[in-house]
Amino acid sequence: MLALSDYLILSAILFSLSIAGIFLNRKNLLILLMCVELMLLAVNMNFIAFSHFLGDLSGQIFVFFILTVAAAEAAIGLAILVVLFRNKRSINVDDIGTLKG
Amino acid sequence: MSYEKMIFYVVAALLVFSASMVILRRNPVHSALFLVFAFFQSAILWMLLEAEFLAITLVLVYVGAVMVLFLFVIMMLDIDVAAMRAGFIRYVWLGGVIAAVMLVEMVLVVGPARFGLEHYPKPQPSAADYANTEAIGQQLYTTYMYPFEIAAVILLVGIVAAIGLTLRRRPEKKTQNISRQLQVKREERVRLVSMDAED
Repeated sequence: MLALSDYLILSAILFSLSIAGIFLNRKNLLILLMCVELMLLAVNMNFIAFSHFLGDLSGQIFVFFILTVAAAEAAIGLAILVVLFRNKRSINVDDIGTLKG
Repeated sequence: MSYEKMIFYVVAALLVFSASMVILRRNPVHSALFLVFAFFQSAILWMLLEAEFLAITLVLVYVGAVMVLFLFVIMMLDIDVAAMRAGFIRYVWLGGVIAAVMLVEMVLVVGPARFGLEHYPKPQPSAADYANTEAIGQQLYTTYMYPFEIAAVILLVGIVAAIGLTLRRRPEKKTQNISRQLQVKREERVRLVSMDAED
């Protein structure tokens, strides 16, 4: 039988992989956004596993709202990325230092 | 090994594989496609957890909308992959060590010692006439009505922000201004000239 810990460990692995991805691809803004999506996926899996094993629907409702906010976040993030690329001709994180002064 | 367990391990292995491909591939298009694959695998896992509505939503919203948006943007931008990969090897160790430490810590907390079957027994499978979508809808439209409306407003703000950010008006571009065209009076355009007929 599958235990709750199986799902929790799987999402812990996913979360650590996306942390590693943020370190490895720290120059590429696009991959950074993808890693954030992967992190949200890991968190959502935790919510759903707990919702299933505790017999409480609130976890699934939470995931529903997280999906909504994540979709809006991805749309705005990509829009900012496009505007940035239009102005700087690059999405390298190193080229974005204008606020340093 | 039961059938359910076999599905879980196969799908989990595919999920971890595709997640590591997302962070390791050189080409961002490959990363995005592997991310699509990862979302699909987790939708299957959510089905195992009897969250059918969210599994379908994940495929429809993420694979259908968000990842297509990602692919659009990746292919639209001309990315210099070589410059992006600078320092990749140098950070493999740092990232790997930090991720490994985090993983060990999390597994120590959420491992089978505290969240095993003896602490959280497997719940009874829900009845055949139980509808997950109906139950979620019932909750959303009663208990969570207010957050649901706020979520709608967030999506609206997202639309407005995304369009407002990327909309660009070029001064040199010539386009029709429909409302000004419709407001034109006859007197502004037509001039009647009285002149003698030429012989």
